[in-house]
Amino acid sequence: MIEVRFHGRGGQGAVTAANILAEAAFLEGKYVQAFPFFGVERRGAPVTAFTRIDDKPIRIKTQIYEPDIVVVLDPSLLETVDVTAGLKEGGIVIINTEKSKEEVLEKLKKKPAKLALVDATTIALEVLGLPITNTSILGAVAKATGIVSIDKVEEAIKDTFSGELGEKNAKAAREAFEKTVVYEL
Amino acid sequence: MNTLNTLFGEKKAKAKKLVFKSVDEYPEVPLTLGTTLINFTGDWRTFIPIVDESKCVKCYICWKFCPEPAIYIKEDGYVAIDYDYCKGCGICANECPTKAITMVREEK
Amino acid sequence: MPKKVVSGNYAAAYAAKHARVEVVAAYPITPQTSIIEKIAEFIANGEAEIQYVPVESEHSAMAACIGASATGARAFTATSAQGLALMHEMLHWASGARLPIVMVNVNRAMAPPWSVWDDQTDSLAQRDTGWMQFYAENNQEVYDGVLMAFKVAEHRKVNLPVMIIESAFILSHTYDIVDMPPQEEIDEFLPPREPLYTLTDFDNPIAVGALGTPADYYEFRYKIEKAMEEARRVIKEVGKEFGEKFRRDYSQMIELYKTDDAEFIFMGMGSLMGTVKEAVDLLRKEGYKVGAAKVRWFRPFPKEELYKLAKNVEGIAVLDRNFSFGQEGILFNEAKGVLYNTDAHPIMKNYIVGLGGRDFTVSDIKTIAKNMKEIIERGKLDREIEWYHLKR
Ligand code: SF4
Ligand code: SF4
Repeated sequence: MIEVRFHGRGGQGAVTAANILAEAAFLEGKYVQAFPFFGVERRGAPVTAFTRIDDKPIRIKTQIYEPDIVVVLDPSLLETVDVTAGLKEGGIVIINTEKSKEEVLEKLKKKPAKLALVDATTIALEVLGLPITNTSILGAVAKATGIVSIDKVEEAIKDTFSGELGEKNAKAAREAFEKTVVYEL
Repeated sequence: MNTLNTLFGEKKAKAKKLVFKSVDEYPEVPLTLGTTLINFTGDWRTFIPIVDESKCVKCYICWKFCPEPAIYIKEDGYVAIDYDYCKGCGICANECPTKAITMVREEK
Repeated sequence: MPKKVVSGNYAAAYAAKHARVEVVAAYPITPQTSIIEKIAEFIANGEAEIQYVPVESEHSAMAACIGASATGARAFTATSAQGLALMHEMLHWASGARLPIVMVNVNRAMAPPWSVWDDQTDSLAQRDTGWMQFYAENNQEVYDGVLMAFKVAEHRKVNLPVMIIESAFILSHTYDIVDMPPQEEIDEFLPPREPLYTLTDFDNPIAVGALGTPADYYEFRYKIEKAMEEARRVIKEVGKEFGEKFRRDYSQMIELYKTDDAEFIFMGMGSLMGTVKEAVDLLRKEGYKVGAAKVRWFRPFPKEELYKLAKNVEGIAVLDRNFSFGQEGILFNEAKGVLYNTDAHPIMKNYIVGLGGRDFTVSDIKTIAKNMKEIIERGKLDREIEWYHLKR
């Protein structure tokens, strides 16, 4: 089983990102589960959301404490939230940032095995005209982890948002997929 | 008598008391567990209301107020009382604006 | 078969739509759920022909469902916690008038303090209202539960309402795969309702809400209990038919998991049992002979199944995500009561877990397993009721 934790801020779509990742993995034929941190959400507040992916039905109904993959939608969270808390050995961290690998690593409490960086905000602004990074970051997830293909990510995005909105978001994910830089550490 | 204008007409004669002797005889749901038509409250009366049609202005206030109800409207528009059900409470006489109804002592 | 990744709440909404519900009455504000939101969306998009009645309170929502159901319509609603509590009086009316209404309740902790998290006390407090209660482990069971609920409720020998219960957040807001059969197959499984009576049969007018004097009231109570007894049979029948048609069997009122050779078992209801099953597999690898018993139907209570199960185990750890103040966990209380007059007397211990959404994990279950094993070896309880998570 692969466990993914998303960090975002209320309104950025971390919960939707977790759901779309689950949908994409489902389209790959996997068993999935996605859920928000069971809390009270407000716009701007730090938000976490989770996705579980497995080859067999997922029965476990608890929160995720030791993720395999951490996805950070908002670079400012690195200052205030320990995003690598509980990260498994060999874990992957994917971050939306303009910063360099060195700058980011300095802020992480725990060194992941793999670090993927993408400027998802710029992509979102260019493609969608909005700083909503939940779909573009999924392109980076596909690139860095291989748990889902970018094709299925695009399909899942189009299932979630209909019409032009779906097309644009899928495009943002594809662009992020291409622009993501992955570092083996 | 004009059955159309009575409240109960033929139903009065046909009314039967529902008695359930065993649990199986009961309906599944507590609906329509009986009818008050079998309940001849006329027995309770010690005073009997009498309508004086010459004073009646057909306002039907009595008809509205009778708690049983025992007052019905005849075809000619005047009110009449079904004494099988009139319990002699006197509300009609009290409410009648023209004092067309008087309560008279009844010896049975 | 079409599968969808949906939340527990959406699973419930889809099921209501697929069950061809005709009337939905709801108070659309907190503590209402996204179940009603989704149904409203179906109606707005022209995807479902449902009469939606927005009302001013949960009490009125249930009253409107009762009215609708009494005209012969298939009625549905949803609520949670304080909303369910406000419905309480009307719940008695629904069962007393023998109306097969189906309601999904999202198990949320009762205030104060305010909480929106999982806790079974809200629905269990409605234990004596004459409603059947089904606790779902996952989103699929929420969906399947609603479809089966209508069939059981509307069965001519039953005619009682059903509450389908799902955990707050853990199911209601968690996305999971739900398999939804094609509409034609559902229609075949769940034909239109044949009401026991209808208010709109103007040739045969009826009085509803009649007075029941001491000479008659008693018999009507007995009739409800008779219907509950019938429901035990009907539930198994419908569960079996569901399994044959849709390949998910619900013929057992208690789902047994690896209990055959178990020394002791965990017993509980709802979503926490998914985690328990996962833990059972891990514990077995560590040499524990354990199993799990998931009580699906709490009303009618599966007495016989519990007896058969209890006869073959040495201990039962009853996991209650609920509490009856002044007594103990509610499932524990019921289970002990069932076994008292039988020859099955395993050691039983009550663990109060997860109240108000406290996370209940695999490692918690392992700790409980260790404790149970010690108790069984000693042959004596350390204490009967354990507030498992309590910070000491
Ligand atoms: S209240 Fe008096 S006046 Fe009016 S209808 Fe009755 S008897 Fe006639
Ligand atoms: S006396 Fe009372 S019961 Fe009799 S007709 Fe008048 S109001 Fe009705």
